[in-house]
Amino acid sequence: MAARKPTDKTLGESLRERGVSRRGFLKFCAATASMMALPPSMAPAIAAALEKAKRPSVIWLSFQECTGCTESLTRSHAPTVEDLILDVISLDYHHTLQAAAGDAAEHAREQAMAANPGEYLVIVDGSIPGPDANPGFSTVAGHSNYAMLMETVENAAAVIAVGSCATFGGLPAANPNPTGAMSVMDLVKNKPVINVSGCPPIPMVITGVIAHYLTFGRLPELDAYNRPMAFFGQSIHDRCYRRPFYDKGLFAKTFDDEGARLGWCLYELGCKGPTTYNACATMRWNDGTSWPVEAGHPCLGCSEPKFWDAGGFYNAVSVPTSASGMNVLAAGAAGVVLGGAVAALAKKQTKAAVAHRQPVTVEELEAKL
Amino acid sequence: MSGSMEFLLWTKGPMFDIAIAIFAIGLLVRITEIFMLGRKKNFAEARAGEWGPGFRTMFTRTVADPGTFQRAPFNVVVGWVWHIGFLMALLLFLPHIALIESLTGLSWPALPNPVISLVTSVTLVALIATLVHRMTHPVKRRISTVEDYLVWAVVFAVVLTGWLAYYRLVNPYPLVLGMHILSAEIMLILLPFTKLTHIFTTFIARWYNGAAFGRKGVQS
Repeated sequence: MAARKPTDKTLGESLRERGVSRRGFLKFCAATASMMALPPSMAPAIAAALEKAKRPSVIWLSFQECTGCTESLTRSHAPTVEDLILDVISLDYHHTLQAAAGDAAEHAREQAMAANPGEYLVIVDGSIPGPDANPGFSTVAGHSNYAMLMETVENAAAVIAVGSCATFGGLPAANPNPTGAMSVMDLVKNKPVINVSGCPPIPMVITGVIAHYLTFGRLPELDAYNRPMAFFGQSIHDRCYRRPFYDKGLFAKTFDDEGARLGWCLYELGCKGPTTYNACATMRWNDGTSWPVEAGHPCLGCSEPKFWDAGGFYNAVSVPTSASGMNVLAAGAAGVVLGGAVAALAKKQTKAAVAHRQPVTVEELEAKL
Repeated sequence: MSGSMEFLLWTKGPMFDIAIAIFAIGLLVRITEIFMLGRKKNFAEARAGEWGPGFRTMFTRTVADPGTFQRAPFNVVVGWVWHIGFLMALLLFLPHIALIESLTGLSWPALPNPVISLVTSVTLVALIATLVHRMTHPVKRRISTVEDYLVWAVVFAVVLTGWLAYYRLVNPYPLVLGMHILSAEIMLILLPFTKLTHIFTTFIARWYNGAAFGRKGVQS
């Protein structure tokens, strides 16, 4: 990608240059407002803010990841990824999407950092082998992931961690975590970190967070895991269209029974909707076509920490992650043996007491008084 | 344990293993000891069998005799209400059945959730009534020990957190679900070492009573 100075032009100017109509622009603003759960009256405010906003330089770092998050991003439909890259932001560095390769690519990153100190956004997908791990576990252009992350965030305005690997460590950090993988918020302490979790996250959530940052110039309201409340404020269960079946006690027992065909609740089939916070139930996937539960599969809970280690995907939320009936039986058997020993000891002590009993006469007692 | 989900996973994983192991070992120690110590050998000639009256008494004692009811109607009625409510919530709520099935392979049909939530609400009110009664009744107050209040608090915490979790009144949900599981685990741990053991020993004691009466040839 050619080096340029993205902060020169406002967003409004660049949109007009590209022939975007006022009407089209306002439509985009209204979509953004509704996506962020803001009242429609906010649309003109968003328009005014975006009109004046400078296109920020964005550096996208990919570490221990599967590119699923980028695949998801490229399927964003409101705003589309083309809108995002060409109109809204200046994506100066992204392994998968950039045309440049090798030294030229690394040069683009360094140039973007030098040109916009304190102003550029860093987006990270993938987890990072921690400072104590072997730096060779994952490298880009000869730099360890850890070194590249720390160097890049040093002068960033904010960091957006995209996907469950970047937000919580994800699959690389799953037990036994062979690469010592850590999340972005484990490592970056002196910059604001926004977490957009999910495996992958919903595309509009990625673009929506960026749009929010541009519109208001500050981070959105975040939950305890630094996730934007607008998208992660409600659980899947609370917004699930199958919730009435849960309340009525109507559950699919297998994937092909009558209940499954009638669209009953998937709790017994392992749905993690009750403990999962994400916007799948309301925003849905593939341009609003459907989402996992609608397709008949339980929620895996992919936007929550440690979801790979949270027990079987097809076990109900109430099922313990490790204990088995055999362990309980073994503990019970140990209890029987121990109880037998305690009882035998008590009997022995009683027998010994009887054998060694020394009767006391009334005279002896009186003599002691 | 940096967040609510980590807390929930701790209660569902390592803490559950610890609690269920202490429960199983402790309970079996107590029950094995009771059976092995047994009773002193009775050299008198038996007038009738022990088994029939023993088993009959296990069930007949469930209903209080009229005299007991007249003396302590509150104890009988409220005691019944909350015990039945607790058992229904424990054994007929789908997530609980899924947990039991994962450990034992046994399962049975669940009641609809609104029924369970109503039963749980009634149980909560009844439990509060038992506490008020214990603290205001002159005799009960004097014979109550720290253990009585501890056991009440643990049972109440289990029901209350379950009720809060069902209605999702605490945010984030993994926190309240973890609190519910943890309080149930505390109850499991305390069960073999407090009067909660009566869940299992009541029926053994009743059998011994009934068997003793049967042997003597008196009404059991």
